[in-house]
Amino acid sequence: MGPGRRFRCTNHKEIPTMSVISKETTFLGYRRENGRVGVRNHVVILPLDDLSNAAAEAVAHNIKGALAIPHPYGRLQFGADLDLHFRTLIGAGCNPNVAAVVVIGIEDSWTRKVVDGIASTGKPALGFGIEGHGDHETILRASRAAREFVQWASDKQRQPCAIDELWVSTKCGESDTTSGCGANPTVGNAFDKLYETGNTLLFGETSEITGGEHIVAERCRTPQVRERFMFMFNRYQDMINRHKTSDLSDSQPTKGNIAGGLTTIEEKALGNIQKIGKKCLVDGVLDKAEMPTGPGLWFMDSSSAAAEMVTLCAASGYALHFFPTGQGNVIGNPIVPVIKICANPRTVRLMSEHVDVDTCGLLQRQMTLDQAGDQLLECMLRTACGRLTAAEALGHREFVLTRLYESA
Amino acid sequence: MVHFVLHDARDTVAVVVVEGVKAGMALNGWIMDEDREILIHARQDIPIGHKVALKDMNPGDTVYKYGIDMGRVVAPIAAGEHAHVQNIKTKRW
Repeated sequence: MGPGRRFRCTNHKEIPTMSVISKETTFLGYRRENGRVGVRNHVVILPLDDLSNAAAEAVAHNIKGALAIPHPYGRLQFGADLDLHFRTLIGAGCNPNVAAVVVIGIEDSWTRKVVDGIASTGKPALGFGIEGHGDHETILRASRAAREFVQWASDKQRQPCAIDELWVSTKCGESDTTSGCGANPTVGNAFDKLYETGNTLLFGETSEITGGEHIVAERCRTPQVRERFMFMFNRYQDMINRHKTSDLSDSQPTKGNIAGGLTTIEEKALGNIQKIGKKCLVDGVLDKAEMPTGPGLWFMDSSSAAAEMVTLCAASGYALHFFPTGQGNVIGNPIVPVIKICANPRTVRLMSEHVDVDTCGLLQRQMTLDQAGDQLLECMLRTACGRLTAAEALGHREFVLTRLYESA
Repeated sequence: MVHFVLHDARDTVAVVVVEGVKAGMALNGWIMDEDREILIHARQDIPIGHKVALKDMNPGDTVYKYGIDMGRVVAPIAAGEHAHVQNIKTKRW
């Protein structure tokens, strides 16, 4: 039972795989100028930096249907941290759930850089610098652009799109032991089926693989992918070892995890990894907010903090997110629908307004894993066609940029 | 009713999946990978989501879940007791 032992994900009872999806399955999505398919049709007012939040929010207040995405960063960053800032903002703007973007920054040149990055997809994007104009004039000019964009976007029609055009990412949060037994294997079952239909999938949470890294390494398709995965894993471990206090027991697992019954990072990781199912191979490895270059399952080096990770998934171009939870994480994202899956009957009872897919039946043998996976895939298709998730209906729009180090 | 579940028959801890487990209760367990049931008596109250020990364990022993090493025992644990941060710790970090 050493580290070389082959890992078996929770398989409950093996039964012939059934699936609600096949390669012929379609959904109604928005086809963008670059061919990518989105499931939402947002016009985003994107501040480049903290100073531009007020103007961006004023524009979104003026123009109905425009969505401001405020955040606290973007000044005096440099090097790899600044590159990640640009990659995340440009990636979010490029996301196919976004129809058009108005960028507002304190000055013109960095603003233009983000506009140009987003415009490379062919979608409408305009930028406005505040210096030399002030908030009032900027809000006026940006509101005019946003009004045109919103009316233009509202004319777009959903059209039938092939199942494999849907990019799906996953990350779990406020996990407990029921996550590893029920909610995460449900995602794993759905991922196995989406892998068969040729979808582009993603998982990450680098620190949360600790204790199960050998399992992910075994699932890598080629030695090159494995080497890249281990490079990312070790790089994160080095960072943790540089900064760690005691054994991180208050942060990984978190106090919420521990309250839910998770004891060690190894236990949390073994539950976490259930999300990649039994059949998927890891086809490639991405740095934070990098875009995949083909179908298959991608690992992205990323924080395990929910809003940071989902924001990075949005920046990598993913249109829909599977989020299993045990104790009840309430996270959402402004541009990507986040589907919550839960197998903890107490959480489902106490926090039902946050749960999209209830798989408690799995742990009482009232439902097979295949049935649970299919229930999630049905919810996925309805969400892709426009049904709001719990997090969307509740107004959860967490957009959190990952920082690599201090500002200059 | 399933009171607790485990993944691998060799696991030394299992997860309580119902509320209200009290000391002295007879608990039905389900080994998911083999679709087989086992029975154990709880020696302590155990909250939903928390683990029950399936074997007597001593400090230094490795704890298995999913059939894999999930940490080490740091205080003696008897079968049926609550297995958590008071008696198990990570081997990492």
